[in-house]
Amino acid sequence: MKFLCVECDRQMQFEERRLPGDGTLAAAFRCPTCGRVVALLTNPMETQLVASLGVKIGGSTIAPQPLETVRGMVTTGRDDAFDDGRERGAGSGPIWSVEAQERLARVPGFVRGMVKRIYLDYAKDRGLAEITPAVMDTARSELGLEGM
Amino acid sequence: MRIRTYHDLTEPDRSGLVEQIGAQRRRVAERLAPVRRVVAVMSGKGGVGKSYVTAGLARALARSGRATGVLDADFNGPTAPHLLRLPVASCTLHDDVIEPVVSPEGVRCFSMALLLEDGRPLAFRGPETEGHVWRETLEAAALREFLADVAWGALDQLLVDLPPGVQRFQELTELMPAPPAALAVTIPTPESRDAVRRALRAAIERNATPLGVVENMVGGPFAGSAADELSAEFGVPVLARIPWHPTPDTWDLLATRI
Repeated sequence: MKFLCVECDRQMQFEERRLPGDGTLAAAFRCPTCGRVVALLTNPMETQLVASLGVKIGGSTIAPQPLETVRGMVTTGRDDAFDDGRERGAGSGPIWSVEAQERLARVPGFVRGMVKRIYLDYAKDRGLAEITPAVMDTARSELGLEGM
Repeated sequence: MRIRTYHDLTEPDRSGLVEQIGAQRRRVAERLAPVRRVVAVMSGKGGVGKSYVTAGLARALARSGRATGVLDADFNGPTAPHLLRLPVASCTLHDDVIEPVVSPEGVRCFSMALLLEDGRPLAFRGPETEGHVWRETLEAAALREFLADVAWGALDQLLVDLPPGVQRFQELTELMPAPPAALAVTIPTPESRDAVRRALRAAIERNATPLGVVENMVGGPFAGSAADELSAEFGVPVLARIPWHPTPDTWDLLATRI
């Protein structure tokens, strides 16, 4: 999938991705010559098809997690299917606000450990001291974590 | 007005969807590099005992000292953990891979049964309508992740227990850097023979190497000579005839022929 600014005959460049949380996706592309911006809007079916391929429009900025697609998409997984006790750099990373902890606790156990690692890595990479719901929202859009 | 087409646009693209797919394939190839041989256990027919044969063979291979893995690719009817007598355990993360669960004989296994709630079907999050459009794609993604994200390690054989039909086999061949070997399982009946014939043909068309035919449920109510006919037609050996109540010797003999 590519976008062409026909007037400038230039390939448009990915700018921003948003996941409203209703299964749809919005991705903005800008022409590097004239600056015109267009948005790609996908319906839930189209969003799902792209997600099913295990790829992210706008690219992926974090290393793939083991069984990322399975853990992110299966809804009948066991809460205790994974032993996620090991945490990278435990004790030295960002702290979780109370609200963020409450939100994390609502994530199904099947995927919770992976989601927690992703948000921790995101916060560490950006030098954030605290993970809040706002950070989680931003990370979710930036990383393309539909449903997490 | 001239509008350039997809392949005309060659500027760097931050989405890099093709590159993302390429990275997925490389991850599979790297994980399978220490695996000497991948064997697809297939039939094209349901109910002939592919999983049973896979488990019996895997246990015999492990008893003979060969490093053996079983990837249970039947995501909607996974049975490998039970047949291999795997311990009940949570899956462990280690260096960003998932450790397979190891059977008492040493067979390394991964299965959707290890992940799903007891008695619940495999269900995916997504739009409730037109699920057929994306469900198969998700199952192919699950197969890719089972291949790439499980720490199979150095194996002599990785047996891939396929569901009925040929679709999962085709997905497997598309994901792997080289076509797998194919082990066909049939029961003696003409109906099974016809279904397995199609599956073997599909495997050969995908450049898989057919290892031979295993005839299961021999000596019971199913009459016919499917294995001999398939053997003659495809020029492959009948590797074993498995009776209704096989002994460990039956499996050990099959293991020597693989």
